[in-house]
Amino acid sequence: MPHVVIKLENVSKQYRLGNVGTGTLSHDLNRFFAKALGKDDPTMKVGVSNRLDTVDGRYVWALQDINLEICDGEVLGIVGKNGAGKSTLLKLMSRVTSPSTGEIKIKGRIASLLEVGTGFHPELTGKENIYLNGAILGMTKKEISSKFDEIVEFSGVKKYVDTPVKRYSSGMYVRLAFAVAAHLEPEILIVDEVLAVGDAEFQKKAIGKMQSVSRSGRTVLFVSHNLTAVEQLCTKGVLMQNGMLNMEGKVHDITSAYKQMSVDENDLRRSGTRVMEFLEYKMTGLNGKVIDEVFLGDNFLITANFKSHEQMDLCDMTLDIRNDSNEFIGHVTNADDGFEIRDITKGNIKSVSVMVKNICFSPGTYYISLWLGNSYGTFDYIENCIRFTIKQGDTFIRRPFPFDKRSKTVLQSSWSFK
Amino acid sequence: MNTPNSDFSPNILPDEWTMILRPKRNLLDVNLHELWQYRDLIMLFVKRDFVSKFKQTILGPLWFIIQPLLTTIMFTIIFGNIAGIPTNGIPKMLFYMAGIVGWTYFSTCLNDTSQTFIKNASIFGKVYFPRLALPISVVISNLVSFVIQFVFLCFFLAYFMIRGSDVSPNILVLWIPFLVLLMAGLGLGFGIIISSLTTKYRDLTHLVSFGVSLWMYATPIIYPLSEIPEKYRLYVLANPMTPVVETFKTALLGVGQINYFHLLYSFCFTIVLLAVGIIIFNKVEKTFMDTV
Repeated sequence: MPHVVIKLENVSKQYRLGNVGTGTLSHDLNRFFAKALGKDDPTMKVGVSNRLDTVDGRYVWALQDINLEICDGEVLGIVGKNGAGKSTLLKLMSRVTSPSTGEIKIKGRIASLLEVGTGFHPELTGKENIYLNGAILGMTKKEISSKFDEIVEFSGVKKYVDTPVKRYSSGMYVRLAFAVAAHLEPEILIVDEVLAVGDAEFQKKAIGKMQSVSRSGRTVLFVSHNLTAVEQLCTKGVLMQNGMLNMEGKVHDITSAYKQMSVDENDLRRSGTRVMEFLEYKMTGLNGKVIDEVFLGDNFLITANFKSHEQMDLCDMTLDIRNDSNEFIGHVTNADDGFEIRDITKGNIKSVSVMVKNICFSPGTYYISLWLGNSYGTFDYIENCIRFTIKQGDTFIRRPFPFDKRSKTVLQSSWSFK
Repeated sequence: MNTPNSDFSPNILPDEWTMILRPKRNLLDVNLHELWQYRDLIMLFVKRDFVSKFKQTILGPLWFIIQPLLTTIMFTIIFGNIAGIPTNGIPKMLFYMAGIVGWTYFSTCLNDTSQTFIKNASIFGKVYFPRLALPISVVISNLVSFVIQFVFLCFFLAYFMIRGSDVSPNILVLWIPFLVLLMAGLGLGFGIIISSLTTKYRDLTHLVSFGVSLWMYATPIIYPLSEIPEKYRLYVLANPMTPVVETFKTALLGVGQINYFHLLYSFCFTIVLLAVGIIIFNKVEKTFMDTV
């Protein structure tokens, strides 16, 4: 039966904006007198949610009314955009700072890895730093000694363990630091983005280590922008937005909600002179039904309506297709087909439809950006406005074995044998 | 290693909440037990300070001795020979060195601990451990250098005794461990109060660096207490370091004034200072990351 090991009740965290240090004495005095007179703290503003771009008031709520229960053995992925409050939440749980309101109840020992190699001293040798870093993370000298060989083995820097770490390459430094952290035995492990370091092989090792931590019934909290790692590692997820818990549930639901959010919200960047502009756009199957999923090798239609504010002889439209790592994968333009969009009268609404044939990108999530312009410039460009998924299916790919995700495209081919 | 697919021992959870984090905690809720659990960390910090201080130096720990020696020579020339301040008939070198060794321990403790929060903000911002571990480790690592300097002072003293100077270490030396504790306590107490305040008000860092050197002149280091005119003596005695330094010198050199009432005053001052310091430090450590 799962036990609740972390319980957050109405946790909020307030930060002061701007230059701390100017006028803080007067604020402190104000607060003090207000408190002495039994009034509310005058500097606490209630009901202002965390919007990092709108600075009204000198205080901001980085977290607001977080209620969350985490059970043992759970690997919880925390996703959200920059400034959503993920790191603040981890900081509160790892006791680096205290909540402004609410309570956090914790069962068991917590170790937090908000950074690898905290407290490493460049002049000390690898061995000395293992002990120092281990102790900072909460191990006793005895525990470190008993795991010393394992740590050195895991880090792969055995030869250099008596060399000062300032002589290490950055990769060795990080590997040693992570090795110490990986051998902690806390009941709860908090990890923030540390997997962003090291090469692919080491990242794999690190993820494997974290999986084995969770298999032994320990709880892991993991913050990352790397959604693949989150999906691989976590069982449960929470989505944070503007300092609040937006959603809680199965990790795949959370990551797909997060991806959708990126499309819906301010990632929808638009630029151009708007001499002509897109009014609406949709992705449909050949039957005209709106879709957001296609099979590899399928054909689909992108239809866009636009309006021109001027008389226009000739214009071009392109589709740029990017994957979920924002890599530019594919490009479609009317010029390639010798097709011309011309003689557009002022004020008219026109519709362009383009069929993309035999889509041959490897299965995954993709985003289409629409561009409208001519050789003189951009009229309207909407980034990543259509999101769709490509599934493997069996029309185009008939291989019985799974698809190798490292490949970005699949080419159509025909074979002969003599 | 207990289960085939895991290299970790199984997880055993306590029944009760081990920790409840709240916005404010009781002022007196100082967790010294937790500090004790982190004693290994304190000793590793001491080792780090000691090792890193002398890496890539040629003279190494010899610097512990060179520093008070040069200061002593300087003081002997300026205060002893040029200004002609009397030293109660004790060889000038010895008189100054005894004062300097005692004072140095106190002042380094104060200076170093007063920067606890600012200097270690990068560690404190990433991981939790009892913050008091750092100032305490500073006091201990300074104790190591004090002991080396003290031994050097003893050799110095022996040399002067062999040469027939009129100095007489006496039974009061038994007080020295207690005096060292007072110096450590005073340095730590002032240091952590200042470090707690500097998280918000940086002005104090400027004050401390020259304040400590001015303070030395308000303490009988370069002059004997007996030289102070009666009407000012009370002010000099209000300085809690005065009885400590005076007793230290009297114990080693045999000339000076020792007053147990004054020592008791210093002791009480230290206890109150430490208590206040720990309470303030404890309050600040929870949220200082937001303001530092």
